[in-house]
Amino acid sequence: MKKLLSLLALCLLALSSFVLRTASPGYQVGDKAADFKLKNVDGKLVSLADNKAAKGYIVVFTCNTCPYAKAYEQRIMDLNTKYAPQGYPVVAINPNDPAVVPGDAFAEMQKRAKEKKYAFPYLQDESQEIAKQYGATRTPHLYVLSRKGADFVVSYIGAIDDNSEDAKLVKTKYLENAMTDIMAGKPATVNSTKAIGCTIKWKKA
Amino acid sequence: MSKLLVLALATLLLALPGRAQQVAVIKLPELQKRLSRPNDTTYVVNFWATWCAPCVKELPHFEQLSRAYAGQKVKVLLVSTDYVSQLEKKVKPFVAKRGLKSEVVLLNETDPNSWMDKVDTQWSGALPFTLMLNNKRQKRATFEKEFTQPELTAALQQFLK
Repeated sequence: MKKLLSLLALCLLALSSFVLRTASPGYQVGDKAADFKLKNVDGKLVSLADNKAAKGYIVVFTCNTCPYAKAYEQRIMDLNTKYAPQGYPVVAINPNDPAVVPGDAFAEMQKRAKEKKYAFPYLQDESQEIAKQYGATRTPHLYVLSRKGADFVVSYIGAIDDNSEDAKLVKTKYLENAMTDIMAGKPATVNSTKAIGCTIKWKKA
Repeated sequence: MSKLLVLALATLLLALPGRAQQVAVIKLPELQKRLSRPNDTTYVVNFWATWCAPCVKELPHFEQLSRAYAGQKVKVLLVSTDYVSQLEKKVKPFVAKRGLKSEVVLLNETDPNSWMDKVDTQWSGALPFTLMLNNKRQKRATFEKEFTQPELTAALQQFLK
């Protein structure tokens, strides 16, 4: 009986890892990004469709607590300073479950945005649906979207640059290189990069 | 005489295994070499960092696995992705304080985009990440998640089948 149970458990495990692997990996470059309605730190709901003038967006899944997100915080702010005037503002989304990391609670997000004077929305993905839809797995995880008619198309996925520890030692600015291509109406030469980050703190099932 | 005894004792103590282990700093080619040996050892390679809370939480499970499979061809390798600048300040003290017995190496590479795919294309970049591989059996499994003890044991048992 015990043997049967452990066999059953193993079968279940094999099945669940199988399901994990075949789960939708989220967006690939070229996919249409679905719009969302998420709560900003000012209490208002924000959607991609709100900003009629936007040529696109730099969507970044980030948070308050991850050391890598913190290491990149200034660089994310700088991206907004540089690209918002050119029609590609930053939209930051925090997908972490505050039950797992209290430091990512909505009130903490508000505090952070105020302290650092974020000039871009900082949204809470409370249901984690948007992170899942995009296929975000870590913080920070970036997606550049460009407007094509009524839609937004994913044009770049991945990292900001090649050195998380020290912005001064960066040799390749992956995201900026992609932006140069995208703003010239060309597909990004390097449209997808990998980076280390903190795993998104998913809700405990 | 007593001086000699003390010296002998001290020498003995120093020679005992299980003291604070070394943390070798390696580059990617060295790691690739380690992971491509054509032997019948199952490697359980866990990528972690001292700053990664879920990693720190699951490390004892890997230590337990090391102990449980000590007599078998299973080797646990803990690959720290901490910055090399943190080796003396953070990583070594952490390893000593936790008394980690599994082998710990620090992967000294700055641009993850240049090496992650060479470790495994399945890895999107979130930590913790665990890779099980057995080259002789040409078997590989990847897990981009935090393990509980039973989950980790079950995953290895499944892999060893």
